[in-house]
Amino acid sequence: MSNPTYTVIFYLFAAITVFSAAFVVFTRNVIYSAFSLLFTFFGVAALYVFLSADFIAVTQVVVYVGGILVLLLFGVMFTNGIMQTGQKSEVFHIIPGTVLLVGIIGALLYTFYTSHGWMPSETTLQGSIVERIGFETMSRYVLPFEMVSILLLAALIGAAFLARFDKSEK
Amino acid sequence: MTSTALSQFSIPFLMGSSLNVWSEALAGFNLFGLPLGLVILAAIPLVFIALYSLTYGVYGERKISAFMQDRLGPMEVGKWGILQTIADILKLLQKEDVVPTSADKFLFVVGPGILFVGSFLAYAVLPFSPAFIGASLNVGLFYAIGIVALEVVGILAAGWGSNNKWSLYGAVRSVAQIVSYEIPAAIALLCGAMMAGTLDMQKIIAIQSGSLGFAHFFLFQNPIAWLPFLIYFIASLAEVNRAPFDIPEAESELVAGYFTEYSGMKFAVIFLAEYGSMFMVSAIISIVFLGGWNSPLPNIGPIALNDLTNGPVWGAFWIIMKGFFFIFVQMWLRWTLPRLRVDQLMYLCWKVLTPFAFVSFVLTAIWEVYVP
Repeated sequence: MSNPTYTVIFYLFAAITVFSAAFVVFTRNVIYSAFSLLFTFFGVAALYVFLSADFIAVTQVVVYVGGILVLLLFGVMFTNGIMQTGQKSEVFHIIPGTVLLVGIIGALLYTFYTSHGWMPSETTLQGSIVERIGFETMSRYVLPFEMVSILLLAALIGAAFLARFDKSEK
Repeated sequence: MTSTALSQFSIPFLMGSSLNVWSEALAGFNLFGLPLGLVILAAIPLVFIALYSLTYGVYGERKISAFMQDRLGPMEVGKWGILQTIADILKLLQKEDVVPTSADKFLFVVGPGILFVGSFLAYAVLPFSPAFIGASLNVGLFYAIGIVALEVVGILAAGWGSNNKWSLYGAVRSVAQIVSYEIPAAIALLCGAMMAGTLDMQKIIAIQSGSLGFAHFFLFQNPIAWLPFLIYFIASLAEVNRAPFDIPEAESELVAGYFTEYSGMKFAVIFLAEYGSMFMVSAIISIVFLGGWNSPLPNIGPIALNDLTNGPVWGAFWIIMKGFFFIFVQMWLRWTLPRLRVDQLMYLCWKVLTPFAFVSFVLTAIWEVYVP
Protein backbone atom coordinates (compact mmCIF):
# COMPACT_ATOMS: atom_id res chain seq x y z
CA MET A 1 0.00 0.00 0.00
CA SER A 2 3.02 2.30 -0.10
CA ASN A 3 2.44 2.79 -3.83
CA PRO A 4 1.78 6.53 -4.38
CA THR A 5 -1.09 5.73 -6.75
CA TYR A 6 -2.94 3.90 -3.99
CA THR A 7 -2.33 6.75 -1.57
CA VAL A 8 -3.69 9.30 -4.04
CA ILE A 9 -6.76 7.15 -4.73
CA PHE A 10 -7.33 6.62 -1.02
CA TYR A 11 -7.30 10.34 -0.24
CA LEU A 12 -9.51 10.99 -3.26
CA PHE A 13 -12.17 8.60 -1.96
CA ALA A 14 -11.80 9.87 1.61
CA ALA A 15 -12.37 13.41 0.35
CA ILE A 16 -15.38 12.35 -1.71
CA THR A 17 -16.90 10.64 1.33
CA VAL A 18 -16.38 13.55 3.70
CA PHE A 19 -17.41 16.34 1.32
CA SER A 20 -20.50 14.58 0.00
CA ALA A 21 -21.56 13.74 3.57
CA ALA A 22 -21.16 17.40 4.47
CA PHE A 23 -23.18 18.35 1.41
CA VAL A 24 -25.99 15.97 2.48
CA VAL A 25 -26.27 17.87 5.73
CA PHE A 26 -25.79 21.44 4.56
CA THR A 27 -27.71 21.66 1.28
CA ARG A 28 -31.19 23.16 1.33
CA ASN A 29 -32.51 20.99 -1.50
CA VAL A 30 -33.81 17.56 -0.41
CA ILE A 31 -33.19 15.99 -3.81
CA TYR A 32 -29.57 17.15 -3.85
CA SER A 33 -29.18 15.75 -0.36
CA ALA A 34 -30.41 12.35 -1.52
CA PHE A 35 -28.21 12.31 -4.63
CA SER A 36 -25.20 13.43 -2.64
CA LEU A 37 -25.75 10.47 -0.34
CA LEU A 38 -24.94 8.29 -3.38
CA PHE A 39 -21.36 9.58 -3.40
CA THR A 40 -21.07 9.07 0.36
CA PHE A 41 -22.13 5.43 0.02
CA PHE A 42 -19.73 4.85 -2.86
CA GLY A 43 -16.91 6.53 -0.98
CA VAL A 44 -17.50 4.30 2.04
CA ALA A 45 -17.61 1.25 -0.25
CA ALA A 46 -14.26 2.30 -1.71
CA LEU A 47 -12.80 2.63 1.79
CA TYR A 48 -13.97 -0.92 2.51
CA VAL A 49 -12.07 -2.04 -0.59
CA PHE A 50 -8.94 -0.43 0.86
CA LEU A 51 -9.49 -2.57 3.97
CA SER A 52 -9.53 -5.68 1.69
CA ALA A 53 -13.20 -6.22 2.54
CA ASP A 54 -14.48 -6.58 -1.04
CA PHE A 55 -17.58 -8.50 -0.03
CA ILE A 56 -18.67 -5.85 2.46
CA ALA A 57 -17.97 -3.15 -0.11
CA VAL A 58 -20.24 -4.77 -2.70
CA THR A 59 -22.87 -5.48 -0.05
CA GLN A 60 -22.70 -1.81 0.93
CA VAL A 61 -23.47 -0.82 -2.66
CA VAL A 62 -26.26 -3.40 -3.04
CA VAL A 63 -27.99 -2.60 0.25
CA TYR A 64 -27.45 1.14 0.60
CA VAL A 65 -27.43 2.34 -3.00
CA GLY A 66 -29.73 -0.30 -4.50
CA GLY A 67 -32.15 -0.45 -1.59
CA ILE A 68 -32.13 2.44 0.82
CA LEU A 69 -31.13 5.28 -1.51
CA VAL A 70 -33.67 4.26 -4.17
CA LEU A 71 -36.38 4.04 -1.48
CA LEU A 72 -35.37 7.47 -0.23
CA LEU A 73 -35.50 8.98 -3.73
CA PHE A 74 -38.88 7.36 -4.36
CA GLY A 75 -40.19 8.81 -1.12
CA VAL A 76 -38.91 12.28 -2.01
CA MET A 77 -40.27 12.15 -5.55
CA PHE A 78 -43.72 10.96 -4.54
CA THR A 79 -44.14 13.53 -1.78
CA ASN A 80 -46.21 16.43 -2.98
CA GLY A 81 -44.68 19.89 -2.63
CA ILE A 82 -41.48 18.62 -1.06
CA MET A 83 -39.48 21.44 -2.64
CA GLN A 84 -41.63 24.05 -0.92
CA THR A 85 -41.47 22.61 2.57
CA GLY A 86 -39.00 24.26 4.91
CA GLN A 87 -36.43 21.92 6.35
CA LYS A 88 -35.52 23.94 9.38
CA SER A 89 -37.00 22.60 12.56
CA GLU A 90 -38.74 25.09 14.81
CA VAL A 91 -37.39 23.45 17.92
CA PHE A 92 -33.79 24.32 18.72
CA HIS A 93 -31.70 22.95 21.53
CA ILE A 94 -28.41 24.71 21.06
CA ILE A 95 -26.84 24.02 24.44
CA PRO A 96 -27.65 20.26 24.76
CA GLY A 97 -26.79 19.83 21.08
CA THR A 98 -23.39 21.45 21.45
CA VAL A 99 -22.65 19.47 24.61
CA LEU A 100 -23.56 16.23 22.83
CA LEU A 101 -21.43 17.13 19.78
CA VAL A 102 -18.37 18.03 21.85
CA GLY A 103 -18.84 14.91 23.98
CA ILE A 104 -19.03 12.57 20.99
CA ILE A 105 -16.06 14.17 19.21
CA GLY A 106 -14.06 14.07 22.44
CA ALA A 107 -14.87 10.41 23.05
CA LEU A 108 -14.00 9.46 19.48
CA LEU A 109 -10.71 11.37 19.54
CA TYR A 110 -9.83 9.94 22.97
CA THR A 111 -10.42 6.38 21.72
CA PHE A 112 -8.46 7.13 18.58
CA TYR A 113 -5.42 8.51 20.40
CA THR A 114 -5.34 5.98 23.22
CA SER A 115 -5.81 2.84 21.10
CA HIS A 116 -4.34 3.78 17.76
CA GLY A 117 -2.20 0.67 17.50
CA TRP A 118 -4.00 -1.62 15.09
CA MET A 119 -4.33 -5.20 16.26
CA PRO A 120 -3.61 -7.64 13.44
CA SER A 121 -5.56 -10.86 13.62
CA GLU A 122 -3.72 -13.95 14.83
CA THR A 123 -4.92 -16.04 11.90
CA THR A 124 -4.28 -14.79 8.41
CA LEU A 125 -6.97 -14.95 5.79
CA GLN A 126 -6.61 -17.90 3.47
CA GLY A 127 -8.38 -18.35 0.18
CA SER A 128 -11.45 -16.44 -0.90
CA ILE A 129 -13.11 -14.11 1.59
CA VAL A 130 -16.55 -15.07 0.25
CA GLU A 131 -16.16 -18.73 1.19
CA ARG A 132 -15.00 -17.76 4.68
CA ILE A 133 -18.04 -15.51 5.17
CA GLY A 134 -20.33 -18.29 3.90
CA PHE A 135 -18.88 -20.87 6.28
CA GLU A 136 -19.04 -18.52 9.26
CA THR A 137 -22.64 -17.50 8.50
CA MET A 138 -23.73 -21.11 8.22
CA SER A 139 -21.84 -22.38 11.27
CA ARG A 140 -20.91 -19.99 14.06
CA TYR A 141 -23.40 -17.25 13.28
CA VAL A 142 -26.31 -19.41 12.09
CA LEU A 143 -28.61 -18.35 14.95
CA PRO A 144 -28.28 -14.55 14.37
CA PHE A 145 -28.59 -15.22 10.65
CA GLU A 146 -31.87 -17.10 11.09
CA MET A 147 -33.16 -14.50 13.56
CA VAL A 148 -32.50 -11.74 11.04
CA SER A 149 -34.26 -13.67 8.31
CA ILE A 150 -37.33 -14.19 10.52
CA LEU A 151 -37.31 -10.47 11.36
CA LEU A 152 -37.13 -9.56 7.67
CA LEU A 153 -39.88 -12.03 6.81
CA ALA A 154 -42.11 -10.50 9.49
CA ALA A 155 -41.37 -7.02 8.12
CA LEU A 156 -42.17 -8.18 4.60
CA ILE A 157 -45.50 -9.73 5.63
CA GLY A 158 -46.34 -6.63 7.66
CA ALA A 159 -45.60 -4.36 4.69
CA ALA A 160 -47.69 -6.52 2.36
CA PHE A 161 -50.54 -6.45 4.90
CA LEU A 162 -50.42 -2.67 5.25
CA ALA A 163 -50.26 -2.08 1.50
CA ARG A 164 -53.04 -4.54 0.73
CA PHE A 165 -56.11 -3.31 -1.06
CA ASP A 166 -58.84 -3.22 1.57
CA LYS A 167 -62.12 -4.48 0.16
CA SER A 168 -64.31 -3.37 3.07
CA GLU A 169 -63.40 0.30 2.64
CA LYS A 170 -64.56 0.50 -0.94
CA MET B 1 10.30 1.12 -18.93
CA THR B 2 8.47 0.78 -22.21
CA SER B 3 10.78 -1.87 -23.60
CA THR B 4 10.43 -4.12 -20.54
CA ALA B 5 6.67 -3.83 -20.69
CA LEU B 6 6.75 -4.76 -24.36
CA SER B 7 8.96 -7.77 -23.76
CA GLN B 8 6.50 -8.92 -21.10
CA PHE B 9 3.87 -8.52 -23.71
CA SER B 10 5.34 -10.37 -26.63
CA ILE B 11 5.99 -13.75 -25.01
CA PRO B 12 2.52 -14.65 -23.74
CA PHE B 13 0.78 -12.53 -26.32
CA LEU B 14 -0.91 -15.29 -28.27
CA MET B 15 0.30 -18.45 -26.58
CA GLY B 16 -0.22 -17.85 -22.85
CA SER B 17 -2.28 -20.47 -21.14
CA SER B 18 -2.50 -18.99 -17.64
CA LEU B 19 -5.35 -16.63 -16.81
CA ASN B 20 -5.27 -12.82 -17.05
CA VAL B 21 -1.83 -12.53 -18.71
CA TRP B 22 -2.76 -9.57 -20.87
CA SER B 23 -4.51 -7.56 -18.19
CA GLU B 24 -1.75 -8.20 -15.64
CA ALA B 25 0.91 -7.13 -18.13
CA LEU B 26 -1.13 -3.98 -18.84
CA ALA B 27 -1.69 -3.21 -15.17
CA GLY B 28 2.07 -3.29 -14.56
CA PHE B 29 2.75 -0.90 -17.42
CA ASN B 30 3.86 2.51 -16.16
CA LEU B 31 4.95 5.50 -18.19
CA PHE B 32 6.99 8.17 -16.33
CA GLY B 33 5.74 6.72 -13.04
CA LEU B 34 2.10 7.19 -14.06
CA PRO B 35 -0.14 4.10 -14.13
CA LEU B 36 -0.91 4.45 -17.82
CA GLY B 37 -1.59 0.72 -18.16
CA LEU B 38 -4.53 0.93 -15.75
CA VAL B 39 -6.04 3.68 -17.87
CA ILE B 40 -5.64 1.62 -21.04
CA LEU B 41 -7.16 -1.35 -19.21
CA ALA B 42 -10.25 0.70 -18.43
CA ALA B 43 -10.36 2.23 -21.91
CA ILE B 44 -10.51 -1.08 -23.78
CA PRO B 45 -14.12 -1.95 -22.71
CA LEU B 46 -15.10 1.68 -23.35
CA VAL B 47 -13.82 1.54 -26.92
CA PHE B 48 -15.52 -1.82 -27.31
CA ILE B 49 -18.90 -0.42 -26.18
CA ALA B 50 -18.57 2.56 -28.54
CA LEU B 51 -17.58 0.44 -31.54
CA TYR B 52 -20.15 -2.26 -30.99
CA SER B 53 -23.06 0.10 -30.35
CA LEU B 54 -22.22 2.12 -33.47
CA THR B 55 -21.96 -0.89 -35.75
CA TYR B 56 -24.05 -3.71 -34.40
CA GLY B 57 -26.20 -1.74 -31.97
CA VAL B 58 -27.52 1.05 -34.15
CA TYR B 59 -27.00 -0.10 -37.73
CA GLY B 60 -27.54 -3.80 -36.97
CA GLU B 61 -30.72 -3.19 -35.05
CA ARG B 62 -32.13 -1.07 -37.87
CA LYS B 63 -31.30 -3.65 -40.49
CA ILE B 64 -32.53 -6.58 -38.38
CA SER B 65 -35.81 -4.84 -37.57
CA ALA B 66 -36.20 -3.90 -41.22
CA PHE B 67 -35.67 -7.45 -42.47
CA MET B 68 -38.08 -8.80 -39.86
CA GLN B 69 -40.74 -6.42 -41.12
CA ASP B 70 -39.95 -7.07 -44.78
CA ARG B 71 -38.42 -3.65 -45.31
CA LEU B 72 -34.97 -2.63 -46.51
CA GLY B 73 -33.94 -0.33 -43.66
CA PRO B 74 -31.38 2.44 -44.23
CA MET B 75 -30.26 2.33 -47.88
CA GLU B 76 -29.35 5.90 -48.85
CA VAL B 77 -26.04 6.71 -47.13
CA GLY B 78 -23.33 4.54 -48.64
CA LYS B 79 -23.74 1.05 -50.02
CA TRP B 80 -26.62 -0.68 -48.13
CA GLY B 81 -26.69 2.38 -45.88
CA ILE B 82 -23.56 1.37 -43.95
CA LEU B 83 -22.56 5.00 -43.42
CA GLN B 84 -25.96 5.84 -41.89
CA THR B 85 -24.65 5.57 -38.31
CA ILE B 86 -21.81 7.99 -39.04
CA ALA B 87 -24.29 10.45 -40.51
CA ASP B 88 -26.43 10.09 -37.38
CA ILE B 89 -23.47 10.69 -35.09
CA LEU B 90 -22.48 13.80 -37.06
CA LYS B 91 -26.04 15.05 -36.70
CA LEU B 92 -26.08 14.38 -32.95
CA LEU B 93 -22.72 16.14 -32.51
CA GLN B 94 -23.90 19.26 -34.33
CA LYS B 95 -27.18 19.52 -32.46
CA GLU B 96 -27.66 22.34 -29.99
CA ASP B 97 -27.33 21.16 -26.43
CA VAL B 98 -30.76 22.09 -25.13
CA VAL B 99 -31.39 22.29 -21.39
CA PRO B 100 -35.04 23.12 -20.64
CA THR B 101 -35.48 26.38 -18.67
CA SER B 102 -37.48 24.82 -15.87
CA ALA B 103 -35.30 21.72 -15.61
CA ASP B 104 -33.06 21.08 -12.65
CA LYS B 105 -29.86 22.00 -14.51
CA PHE B 106 -27.43 20.05 -12.39
CA LEU B 107 -29.36 16.76 -12.27
CA PHE B 108 -30.31 17.09 -15.93
CA VAL B 109 -26.65 17.29 -16.93
CA VAL B 110 -25.36 14.73 -14.45
CA GLY B 111 -28.10 12.10 -15.04
CA PRO B 112 -26.83 10.62 -18.34
CA GLY B 113 -23.31 10.55 -16.91
CA ILE B 114 -24.32 8.53 -13.84
CA LEU B 115 -26.37 6.26 -16.09
CA PHE B 116 -23.41 5.53 -18.35
CA VAL B 117 -20.99 5.04 -15.47
CA GLY B 118 -23.46 2.59 -13.92
CA SER B 119 -23.63 0.49 -17.05
CA PHE B 120 -19.87 0.76 -17.66
CA LEU B 121 -18.77 -0.19 -14.12
CA ALA B 122 -19.95 -3.77 -14.58
CA TYR B 123 -17.43 -4.16 -17.43
CA ALA B 124 -14.70 -4.15 -14.79
CA VAL B 125 -15.49 -7.77 -13.98
CA LEU B 126 -16.43 -9.06 -17.44
CA PRO B 127 -13.70 -11.37 -18.71
CA PHE B 128 -13.24 -10.58 -22.39
CA SER B 129 -10.81 -13.43 -22.87
CA PRO B 130 -8.95 -15.92 -20.69
CA ALA B 131 -6.11 -13.41 -20.72
CA PHE B 132 -8.11 -10.23 -20.19
CA ILE B 133 -10.34 -9.05 -17.36
CA GLY B 134 -10.57 -5.58 -15.85
CA ALA B 135 -10.46 -6.73 -12.24
CA SER B 136 -10.44 -10.37 -11.23
CA LEU B 137 -12.48 -9.92 -8.06
CA ASN B 138 -13.47 -12.88 -5.93
CA VAL B 139 -16.92 -11.28 -5.65
CA GLY B 140 -17.18 -10.59 -9.40
CA LEU B 141 -20.67 -11.91 -10.06
CA PHE B 142 -22.10 -10.27 -6.93
CA TYR B 143 -20.49 -6.99 -7.97
CA ALA B 144 -21.97 -7.24 -11.48
CA ILE B 145 -25.46 -7.75 -10.03
CA GLY B 146 -25.09 -5.01 -7.45
CA ILE B 147 -23.56 -2.23 -9.52
CA VAL B 148 -26.77 -1.93 -11.57
CA ALA B 149 -28.02 0.12 -8.61
CA LEU B 150 -26.02 3.08 -9.88
CA GLU B 151 -27.86 2.96 -13.17
CA VAL B 152 -31.14 3.20 -11.24
CA VAL B 153 -29.97 6.39 -9.55
CA GLY B 154 -28.91 7.80 -12.93
CA ILE B 155 -32.36 7.13 -14.39
CA LEU B 156 -34.00 8.83 -11.40
CA ALA B 157 -31.68 11.84 -11.76
CA ALA B 158 -32.49 12.15 -15.47
CA GLY B 159 -36.21 11.69 -14.95
CA TRP B 160 -36.50 14.11 -12.05
CA GLY B 161 -34.09 16.63 -13.51
CA SER B 162 -36.10 16.95 -16.73
CA ASN B 163 -39.03 18.39 -14.74
CA ASN B 164 -41.48 16.75 -17.10
CA LYS B 165 -44.35 14.45 -16.13
CA TRP B 166 -43.55 11.90 -18.82
CA SER B 167 -39.94 11.79 -17.78
CA LEU B 168 -40.81 11.31 -14.13
CA TYR B 169 -43.34 8.59 -14.93
CA GLY B 170 -40.82 6.87 -17.17
CA ALA B 171 -38.12 7.07 -14.52
CA VAL B 172 -40.38 5.73 -11.77
CA ARG B 173 -41.62 2.88 -13.96
CA SER B 174 -38.12 2.02 -15.03
CA VAL B 175 -36.77 1.99 -11.50
CA ALA B 176 -39.68 -0.05 -10.15
CA GLN B 177 -39.07 -2.53 -12.94
CA ILE B 178 -35.30 -2.78 -12.48
CA VAL B 179 -35.52 -3.08 -8.71
CA SER B 180 -38.21 -5.80 -8.88
CA TYR B 181 -36.55 -7.87 -11.58
CA GLU B 182 -33.22 -7.80 -9.78
CA ILE B 183 -34.61 -10.41 -7.39
CA PRO B 184 -35.40 -13.26 -9.84
CA ALA B 185 -32.28 -12.33 -11.82
CA ALA B 186 -30.05 -12.57 -8.76
CA ILE B 187 -31.58 -15.87 -7.61
CA ALA B 188 -31.21 -17.34 -11.10
CA LEU B 189 -27.55 -16.32 -11.22
CA LEU B 190 -27.12 -17.78 -7.74
CA CYS B 191 -27.99 -21.18 -9.25
CA GLY B 192 -25.06 -20.77 -11.62
CA ALA B 193 -22.82 -19.61 -8.78
CA MET B 194 -23.86 -22.68 -6.78
CA MET B 195 -22.88 -24.99 -9.62
CA ALA B 196 -19.52 -23.24 -9.91
CA GLY B 197 -18.92 -22.90 -6.17
CA THR B 198 -17.36 -19.46 -6.66
CA LEU B 199 -18.29 -15.89 -7.53
CA ASP B 200 -15.09 -15.19 -9.47
CA MET B 201 -16.01 -14.73 -13.13
CA GLN B 202 -12.81 -16.29 -14.47
CA LYS B 203 -13.18 -19.34 -12.21
CA ILE B 204 -16.85 -19.76 -13.17
CA ILE B 205 -15.75 -19.95 -16.80
CA ALA B 206 -12.68 -22.09 -16.15
CA ILE B 207 -14.87 -24.74 -14.47
CA GLN B 208 -16.93 -24.96 -17.67
CA SER B 209 -14.01 -25.78 -19.96
CA GLY B 210 -13.28 -29.28 -21.18
CA SER B 211 -12.63 -31.34 -24.27
CA LEU B 212 -16.34 -31.96 -24.90
CA GLY B 213 -16.99 -28.30 -25.64
CA PHE B 214 -20.59 -27.29 -25.08
CA ALA B 215 -21.36 -30.36 -22.95
CA HIS B 216 -19.35 -28.81 -20.11
CA PHE B 217 -21.45 -25.63 -20.05
CA PHE B 218 -23.65 -25.25 -16.99
CA LEU B 219 -26.75 -25.15 -19.14
CA PHE B 220 -26.11 -28.78 -20.12
CA GLN B 221 -24.59 -29.94 -16.82
CA ASN B 222 -27.80 -30.06 -14.86
CA PRO B 223 -31.34 -31.04 -15.88
CA ILE B 224 -32.85 -27.96 -14.17
CA ALA B 225 -30.36 -25.39 -15.46
CA TRP B 226 -32.60 -24.30 -18.33
CA LEU B 227 -35.04 -22.84 -15.77
CA PRO B 228 -32.66 -20.30 -14.15
CA PHE B 229 -31.27 -19.65 -17.64
CA LEU B 230 -34.71 -18.68 -18.96
CA ILE B 231 -35.59 -16.74 -15.81
CA TYR B 232 -32.37 -14.74 -16.00
CA PHE B 233 -32.89 -14.06 -19.68
CA ILE B 234 -36.44 -12.74 -19.12
CA ALA B 235 -35.40 -10.73 -16.08
CA SER B 236 -32.42 -9.28 -17.92
CA LEU B 237 -34.73 -8.04 -20.68
CA ALA B 238 -36.63 -6.15 -18.00
CA GLU B 239 -33.45 -4.85 -16.42
CA VAL B 240 -32.25 -3.24 -19.63
CA ASN B 241 -35.74 -1.91 -20.51
CA ARG B 242 -35.99 -3.92 -23.71
CA ALA B 243 -39.25 -5.05 -25.28
CA PRO B 244 -41.58 -6.63 -24.17
CA PHE B 245 -40.64 -4.76 -20.99
CA ASP B 246 -40.03 -1.35 -22.56
CA ILE B 247 -42.86 0.33 -20.66
CA PRO B 248 -40.51 3.00 -19.18
CA GLU B 249 -40.05 4.43 -22.67
CA ALA B 250 -43.37 3.31 -24.14
CA GLU B 251 -43.57 5.55 -27.20
CA SER B 252 -47.34 5.40 -27.43
CA GLU B 253 -47.92 6.47 -23.83
CA LEU B 254 -44.91 8.36 -22.52
CA VAL B 255 -43.27 9.90 -25.64
CA ALA B 256 -39.85 8.49 -24.69
CA GLY B 257 -39.97 8.03 -20.93
CA TYR B 258 -37.11 9.34 -18.85
CA PHE B 259 -35.13 10.70 -21.81
CA THR B 260 -37.96 12.69 -23.41
CA GLU B 261 -36.18 16.02 -22.88
CA TYR B 262 -32.74 14.90 -23.98
CA SER B 263 -31.21 15.71 -27.33
CA GLY B 264 -27.79 15.84 -28.95
CA MET B 265 -24.86 14.26 -27.17
CA LYS B 266 -26.71 13.64 -23.90
CA PHE B 267 -29.19 11.52 -25.83
CA ALA B 268 -26.26 9.68 -27.43
CA VAL B 269 -24.75 9.00 -23.98
CA ILE B 270 -28.06 7.56 -22.74
CA PHE B 271 -28.19 5.29 -25.77
CA LEU B 272 -24.59 4.24 -25.30
CA ALA B 273 -25.46 3.30 -21.71
CA GLU B 274 -28.42 1.28 -22.94
CA TYR B 275 -26.34 -0.64 -25.47
CA GLY B 276 -23.63 -1.05 -22.84
CA SER B 277 -26.01 -2.75 -20.42
CA MET B 278 -27.46 -4.87 -23.24
CA PHE B 279 -24.06 -6.39 -23.89
CA MET B 280 -23.37 -6.60 -20.15
CA VAL B 281 -26.40 -8.80 -19.40
CA SER B 282 -25.77 -10.86 -22.53
CA ALA B 283 -22.17 -11.44 -21.47
CA ILE B 284 -23.24 -12.37 -17.93
CA ILE B 285 -25.77 -14.94 -19.15
CA SER B 286 -23.19 -16.46 -21.49
CA ILE B 287 -20.57 -16.50 -18.72
CA VAL B 288 -22.76 -18.14 -16.10
CA PHE B 289 -24.66 -20.61 -18.29
CA LEU B 290 -22.84 -20.90 -21.60
CA GLY B 291 -19.18 -21.11 -20.74
CA GLY B 292 -18.05 -17.55 -21.46
CA TRP B 293 -14.86 -17.67 -23.50
CA ASN B 294 -14.89 -21.47 -23.87
CA SER B 295 -15.28 -22.86 -27.33
CA PRO B 296 -18.56 -24.75 -27.80
CA LEU B 297 -16.97 -27.11 -30.34
CA PRO B 298 -16.14 -30.60 -29.00
CA ASN B 299 -13.10 -32.72 -29.75
CA ILE B 300 -14.31 -35.36 -32.18
CA GLY B 301 -11.85 -38.22 -32.05
CA PRO B 302 -8.60 -37.17 -33.72
CA ILE B 303 -10.05 -33.83 -34.86
CA ALA B 304 -9.30 -31.71 -31.81
CA LEU B 305 -11.71 -28.88 -32.63
CA ASN B 306 -11.97 -27.78 -29.02
CA ASP B 307 -8.20 -27.49 -28.54
CA LEU B 308 -7.87 -25.64 -31.84
CA THR B 309 -10.54 -23.07 -31.03
CA ASN B 310 -9.48 -22.21 -27.48
CA GLY B 311 -6.99 -19.62 -26.36
CA PRO B 312 -6.88 -15.91 -25.56
CA VAL B 313 -7.84 -14.62 -29.01
CA TRP B 314 -10.41 -17.32 -29.70
CA GLY B 315 -11.77 -16.70 -26.19
CA ALA B 316 -12.42 -13.05 -27.00
CA PHE B 317 -14.11 -14.15 -30.22
CA TRP B 318 -16.38 -16.65 -28.45
CA ILE B 319 -17.50 -14.43 -25.61
CA ILE B 320 -18.24 -11.52 -27.92
CA MET B 321 -20.11 -13.80 -30.34
CA LYS B 322 -22.15 -15.30 -27.50
CA GLY B 323 -22.98 -11.81 -26.27
CA PHE B 324 -23.95 -10.73 -29.78
CA PHE B 325 -26.17 -13.77 -30.16
CA PHE B 326 -28.17 -12.80 -27.06
CA ILE B 327 -28.36 -9.21 -28.27
CA PHE B 328 -29.75 -10.57 -31.53
CA VAL B 329 -32.39 -12.48 -29.56
CA GLN B 330 -33.23 -9.28 -27.67
CA MET B 331 -33.71 -7.45 -30.97
CA TRP B 332 -35.71 -10.32 -32.39
CA LEU B 333 -38.06 -10.26 -29.38
CA ARG B 334 -38.41 -6.51 -29.64
CA TRP B 335 -39.86 -6.76 -33.12
CA THR B 336 -42.00 -9.80 -32.29
CA LEU B 337 -43.72 -9.31 -28.96
CA PRO B 338 -46.15 -6.58 -27.86
CA ARG B 339 -45.46 -4.51 -24.75
CA LEU B 340 -46.70 -5.65 -21.34
CA ARG B 341 -48.94 -3.53 -19.13
CA VAL B 342 -47.53 -2.28 -15.81
CA ASP B 343 -49.65 -4.64 -13.72
CA GLN B 344 -48.78 -7.60 -15.98
CA LEU B 345 -45.14 -6.70 -15.55
CA MET B 346 -45.37 -6.85 -11.76
CA TYR B 347 -47.49 -10.01 -11.90
CA LEU B 348 -44.88 -11.75 -14.04
CA CYS B 349 -42.06 -10.70 -11.73
CA TRP B 350 -43.51 -11.44 -8.32
CA LYS B 351 -45.93 -14.29 -8.97
CA VAL B 352 -44.25 -16.19 -11.80
CA LEU B 353 -40.51 -15.53 -12.04
CA THR B 354 -39.66 -15.21 -8.34
CA PRO B 355 -41.38 -18.47 -7.20
CA PHE B 356 -39.89 -20.38 -10.13
CA ALA B 357 -36.49 -18.89 -9.37
CA PHE B 358 -36.77 -20.23 -5.81
CA VAL B 359 -37.88 -23.64 -7.12
CA SER B 360 -34.90 -23.78 -9.45
CA PHE B 361 -32.65 -22.65 -6.60
CA VAL B 362 -33.78 -25.50 -4.34
CA LEU B 363 -33.65 -28.09 -7.15
CA THR B 364 -30.15 -26.98 -8.16
CA ALA B 365 -29.04 -27.23 -4.53
CA ILE B 366 -30.47 -30.77 -4.27
CA TRP B 367 -28.79 -31.74 -7.55
CA GLU B 368 -25.44 -30.32 -6.45
CA VAL B 369 -25.55 -32.03 -3.06
CA TYR B 370 -26.96 -35.46 -3.92
CA VAL B 371 -25.85 -36.11 -7.49
CA PRO B 372 -22.11 -36.69 -7.72
